[in-house]
Amino acid sequence: MKLFAIRGGIHPDYRKELASDKAITALPMPARLQILLHQHIGAPARLMVAPGERVRKGQMIAQGQGPVSAPTHAPTSGVIESVSEVTAPHASGLPLTAVVLAPDGLDEWATLPDPITDALTVAPQQIWDRVAQAGIVGLGGAAFPSVIKLHLGVQRKLEMLVLNGAECEPYLCCDDRLMREQAAEVVDGARIMAHALGARQVIVGIEENKPEALEAMTRAAAEFPDVTIQPVPVQYPMGSERHLVQALTGRETPAMKLTADIGAVVHNVATAQAVHQAVRHGRPLIDRVVTVSGRAVREPRNIRTPIGAPVADLIAFCGGLVGVPARLVLGGPMMGQPLPNLDVPVIKGTSGILALDAQETGEAAPGPCIRCGTCVSICPCGLVPLEMAAFIRTDDLKGAANLGVTECLSCGSCSWACPSHIPLVQYFNYAKGMLKTKERERAKSEHTKMQTEAHRARMEKAEAAKLAAKATKTTRASANGAAATGTAPDTRQSRAEEPTEA
Amino acid sequence: MMIETATTSAPYTHSAASVQKTMNTVILALVPATAFNLYLFGWPAMFLFSVTLFSCVAMEGLALLIRGRRLLPTLGDSSAILTGWLLAMTLPPWAPWWTGVLGAVFAILLGKQAFGGLGQNLFNPAMVARVALLVSFPVALTSWVGPHPLFWTGTPGFQEALNITFGGQIPDGFSAATALGFVKTELSRGIPVSQSMGQLPDLMDMGLGLRAGSLGETSLVLILAGGLFLMWKKIITWHIPAAMLGTLFVVATLGHTANPARFADGTFHLMSGAAFLGAFFIATDYVTSPVSKSGQIVFGCGVGLLTWVIRSFAGYPEGVAFAVLLMNSLTPIIDQYTRPRRFGRTRRGEPLAPLGDK
Repeated sequence: MKLFAIRGGIHPDYRKELASDKAITALPMPARLQILLHQHIGAPARLMVAPGERVRKGQMIAQGQGPVSAPTHAPTSGVIESVSEVTAPHASGLPLTAVVLAPDGLDEWATLPDPITDALTVAPQQIWDRVAQAGIVGLGGAAFPSVIKLHLGVQRKLEMLVLNGAECEPYLCCDDRLMREQAAEVVDGARIMAHALGARQVIVGIEENKPEALEAMTRAAAEFPDVTIQPVPVQYPMGSERHLVQALTGRETPAMKLTADIGAVVHNVATAQAVHQAVRHGRPLIDRVVTVSGRAVREPRNIRTPIGAPVADLIAFCGGLVGVPARLVLGGPMMGQPLPNLDVPVIKGTSGILALDAQETGEAAPGPCIRCGTCVSICPCGLVPLEMAAFIRTDDLKGAANLGVTECLSCGSCSWACPSHIPLVQYFNYAKGMLKTKERERAKSEHTKMQTEAHRARMEKAEAAKLAAKATKTTRASANGAAATGTAPDTRQSRAEEPTEA
Repeated sequence: MMIETATTSAPYTHSAASVQKTMNTVILALVPATAFNLYLFGWPAMFLFSVTLFSCVAMEGLALLIRGRRLLPTLGDSSAILTGWLLAMTLPPWAPWWTGVLGAVFAILLGKQAFGGLGQNLFNPAMVARVALLVSFPVALTSWVGPHPLFWTGTPGFQEALNITFGGQIPDGFSAATALGFVKTELSRGIPVSQSMGQLPDLMDMGLGLRAGSLGETSLVLILAGGLFLMWKKIITWHIPAAMLGTLFVVATLGHTANPARFADGTFHLMSGAAFLGAFFIATDYVTSPVSKSGQIVFGCGVGLLTWVIRSFAGYPEGVAFAVLLMNSLTPIIDQYTRPRRFGRTRRGEPLAPLGDK
């Protein structure tokens, strides 16, 4: 298959060898699981259990609510100890609601939905329902409810499902291990997803630095002519949806559109395996593979981890830390989140836990920009990071927006390469956040203004009607006008409340 | 266990690049050409080189003190040393010591720190100093000597050299003209270029650097080697040097074809003066050249074209420094018009048409 070049990108020190030869092992069941209600993009799930209640493995404990949401299930059997606030696995360290589950050690399954044996021929609705019910979200890290991305074929003509096995983040090898050890499940899940999407073919893009995974996947896909396993060059951020699709098809996703608009939907390989589990075995998403790595971890590993396990347990399972790490990171080092502490729970989107020493982080105090232009050459989005940063530094967000700051992926290439160690992504994240807030405020005040104007117009109309009625009354001495004056106050009262709701 | 929580977003890993490393690599690339020329022009060149370097670092320190900044982080980035080094390379090798000191004032204080320090200056500091000195002290800045390698017979010894650099007197019989200067002077006397060029050093000597010229500009071979080293190290790319030298060669060749008596040929323009030094080490200065590759090509072409125009029509025989400064002033505008195409958008910034082939 012909491949196509993608713009820019970097070649960081991958250090995958720290954990890539470690087979996936299961984490011993922790004493407590803290299962967050909000582990995905969209609305948090709504609690379905109460403290004291016994739940079984795979039982839904919180259901999705609203159009973008996902349910959550008990990773093992046990008793709901409490519903309390725990530290979020996020830089803010803000509290989030979690179901605290004390496992009873029995690991007793709930009654699971029946396997869908004819998954490649059933109506897509069945697959959608199953994926939604199983609480599957994008396991590459974004944790977007997968069922929504399986609907993209409804209004579009899709050609292919692109399965993302690039795993371009340094250190991480959970996808690599999964492809090596569960290739058949990944391929089957992918074919089910392609069916649900109405896409004819599956292309699995895997970076060339994973020869074993490529081999295992090629073997697993050998009997399926609709599945192509395609090595792609090692080039960060190859795993970005738009860039992977471009590398594989040569098609560039237009700005403000989805890859689906050019015929391809991208799902992660681990998501495909989860879909296989849900469809073929009825099992919901209750665990995932997490890479624990970094030179400050005694014995890096790939761990199949129940959702809700404390990070501290995973680190302990890896023999603990070596010294005091310079940084603790959730996810990959390029786009991951800083860990507020070791008590935060693993969520569905947690692909890695990294403990990095000072040499690995390579941090240094930021210096002045010397305009070397490296950030411009390597930006995979064709942006001008140094200029955007200059605008943001003077709080000229409009200037930064004109240069396309909202199209920045936050892939981190520019910050990584900057010889002056300027935290460019920090600037862009700040600008993106502020612009979003401003846009929300603008929309809100616009709405308020519209409401106020509509109200005034109504009042004027009512006033005019009143005057007209009065005039009629005086001339005809009739009581007709009373009806108009009677309705006006009601209207005003009900309308006046609206802006505050918005 | 206390682990400091990051206050900035990812990435939490970094390339090995640093400003200091970049500057030091450029300095390293300059070493062969500089060492050869210091040998070629002897003790006076060494004195001037040392004075210029020392003055630039001293001026940087002074500016930092005045601005109330910490000395070490900035002095440690080697940028003042590099500026001093480049400035020294463009001075006549036997120029008096005060040209180095005054040059440092122009380069560091006025050219760099007055704009806010590293990264803030619009103009190449070394070229600001070079041009300011040339305009203010034309005699001192155009007194050239031919090669007088160290320890050769007839070469000034240490004591004599001190007199040259610090006494300000070049002894009789040493002065020589640069190739560009010679051709220009002859032309002004009515002798056509085609004739005067016959009396210049041959191509071999020009390439090796056995000729009169600025302290560090004469050895094309070693400058080219340094430039290629920088490209290999990915400090610079081919865009500016190729665009500048290519344009200079093409316009000079065209001019020469049209009127051989009036205009020197392309090869002569490439090999004389500061064309090579300028193309690889001066026009490529990060701070004062455009950031995008297409912008760098525009910039390089501009420098090449202006160099030829100034050499051919202006009062000065050499034009690289002026050309670089003029193009420096256009850098912000070039930057604005040569931004890369954004992903998913046309050159004009409109979103691409969905499912259409680009």
